Amino acid sequence: MSAVILGVGNILLSDEGVGVRVVEQIAARYRLDEDVTVIDGGTCGMDLMDELAERDLVIVVDAVRTGEPPGTLVTLAGEAVPALFRERISPHQLGVSDLLAALTLLGRSPRQLALVGVVPESMATGLALSERVAACLEPLVETTLAVLREHGWQAWPQPADSAPADGTAAGPVTAAG
Amino acid sequence: MAKRITVDPVTRIEGHLRIDCEVENGKVSKAWSSGQMWRGIEQILQGRDPRDAWIFTQRICGVCTTVHAIASVRAVENALDLEIPLNAQYIRNLIVAAHGIHDHIVHFYQLSALDWVDITSALKADPKKAAALAQSLSDWPLNGYQVMKSTQEKLKAFVDSGQLGIFANGYWGHPAMKLSPEVNLLAAVHYLQALEVQRTANKIVAVLGSKTPHIQNLAVGGVANPINFDSQATLTLERLMMIKEAIDELGSFIYNGLLVDVAAVGSFYADWTEHGAGIMDYLSVPDMPLDTAGTAFGMPGGFIRQGDLSTLQPITRFGDPYFLEGVAESNKHAWYEGSEPLHPFDGRTDPEYTDFQDEGKYSWIKAPTFHGRPAQVGPLAQVLCGLASGDEKTQAATDYFQDKVQAVLGERLPLSALHSTIGRHGARAIRCAVLYENLKEQWQRLMDNIATGDHETCNAPSFPKGEIRGMGFHEAPRGALSHWVVIEDGKIRNYQCVVPSTWNAAPRNAEDAPGPYETSLLDTPVADPELPLEILRTVHSFDPCISCAIHLHDTEEQNVVSVKAV
Repeated sequence: MSAVILGVGNILLSDEGVGVRVVEQIAARYRLDEDVTVIDGGTCGMDLMDELAERDLVIVVDAVRTGEPPGTLVTLAGEAVPALFRERISPHQLGVSDLLAALTLLGRSPRQLALVGVVPESMATGLALSERVAACLEPLVETTLAVLREHGWQAWPQPADSAPADGTAAGPVTAAG
Repeated sequence: MAKRITVDPVTRIEGHLRIDCEVENGKVSKAWSSGQMWRGIEQILQGRDPRDAWIFTQRICGVCTTVHAIASVRAVENALDLEIPLNAQYIRNLIVAAHGIHDHIVHFYQLSALDWVDITSALKADPKKAAALAQSLSDWPLNGYQVMKSTQEKLKAFVDSGQLGIFANGYWGHPAMKLSPEVNLLAAVHYLQALEVQRTANKIVAVLGSKTPHIQNLAVGGVANPINFDSQATLTLERLMMIKEAIDELGSFIYNGLLVDVAAVGSFYADWTEHGAGIMDYLSVPDMPLDTAGTAFGMPGGFIRQGDLSTLQPITRFGDPYFLEGVAESNKHAWYEGSEPLHPFDGRTDPEYTDFQDEGKYSWIKAPTFHGRPAQVGPLAQVLCGLASGDEKTQAATDYFQDKVQAVLGERLPLSALHSTIGRHGARAIRCAVLYENLKEQWQRLMDNIATGDHETCNAPSFPKGEIRGMGFHEAPRGALSHWVVIEDGKIRNYQCVVPSTWNAAPRNAEDAPGPYETSLLDTPVADPELPLEILRTVHSFDPCISCAIHLHDTEEQNVVSVKAV
């Protein structure tokens, strides 16, 4: 049994990086079961293949444009996750979408998939989240951990002083590889 | 009557690129290349600590992470005149080579093979014939009948499930698709094997970089990998042996898979050696520094004019004035203020958006020139420079590749065939082999140096008062990359990245001369303007990376190709 919480997005483009900000928070403030890996995936694609192959659960945290108002929380599970990726025609072809398809082709897909997302407000150049999406950070952390717990894993809060002082830190959130 | 084709976005690349072509009498008569996203890294870095710049620059793009990290630390070290320990050079070089191999393998199979290979045709192949063909070209053990057959079944199940995913947007059944079902199947088999092999290359980066996908081990002044064979937390002998094993695995695939496949596909499409040359002024920078200051290199770099190898003007060291003084960028046709070419140290990135204006501004990409001329960068430039410099590794890999082409085609193609759309794929495969040979060599150098008792990995930087300037270059998978930094009182005042796709995807420059993509598309035949596969073939052959890497999941529909009369 093993699970991955994968935050993706570009932290240089404000709300686009919200997925990374969520996993930074989780890694800094929670102790997780040993078989749960928290990954700051940035905007990478194929590089993540090893990390996702044959996991029991992968939770992707990302900005999602659904046509709903900015700040709307989105959760998807199971087949709806790859379906979302398949439907889009996007200039950003080298992301999670291709990664999931490649894993399917190799017969090494994660057994369960979930997506926790938020509709972004700003994609302007800058490290800070928009006010509206920043306000969603905590609910996104809670929702992500709730999905994790639903699948049988545990997460325990760590003492508050271990949280990062600067929310814009681009530093490491996990050791992998 | 001319037709205007707009391909927006170009798919199977990183970032948002738009290509416009006018087609007359079945051939491209005019072309525009337009980067559709603004990358504001320069603004983000102003006022920051130069020691942290690489952490941010490796977030520019999801494909080129380590690439921008390496160029950034080199730029700051150049500003400080800071040499780095030998171990640090070697460890960085190992990361550079492994990353490049990963990138080239993914580019050929996952990103561009589908322009030439028809997956649906592979389903009709006779696996016995495909195995016989494969075994006539190489003794790769994974070319047998059973592998062909099981892959074909796997593909069929995948296609039948309707989840085309990575195979979506392929031009199946297009008249320009020419491979036999058996060759298509062979390529598809290696497509899947490449997915596994690229992980091996990535593993090397992960072990040395302490983390993946964003490496953590760099520092201005060296690397943060303590070397101690007695401690498990450091770079141990065990880890180094693991890397050696991974290196050997890569070599086997590069020589038996990649070079053979590119030679076979290229031979069947030999007519594509006639198209797509474009700008034949080639720029590359040296890489794989072999000493602490960066004055000797494992891979040469330089400038070649008009495809004539005898014109090579070498670039020989970090901070080489020939390179340093040769680069300028114009905004005349880019959505930024100003139009006169500026040196990157004085570069400005102030947006001035207009609509797409054919004769005016039409791209977020600036137009760089080298000593006043547009230049093509990338593996082709690098291989030509290697040959012109008498680099033995490049010559050996080129000979090997030409032998394989001859085995399929029955004749030996001249070197000039490389100046073309399909030639760029050949050059990339050759360069991948050169990187592998350097990877092996760098591993040995690291082992030998550690054996002398040298465990140094970092020289701490110190920043003076006042202004200093530095330039760091790196021959990245897509070509010459340079970062330019101006530091004042220990803080970044200006930062400019001149990335490989800036050179190749450049719009017209200050003198209205078109860039390499634009020039290479001229005279390309287009059989069906609604399905402009030929245009994609040439653009993909450059391995575009528009380096903005927004990652938003977007469910809104877009038209990829539009055609109108002009």
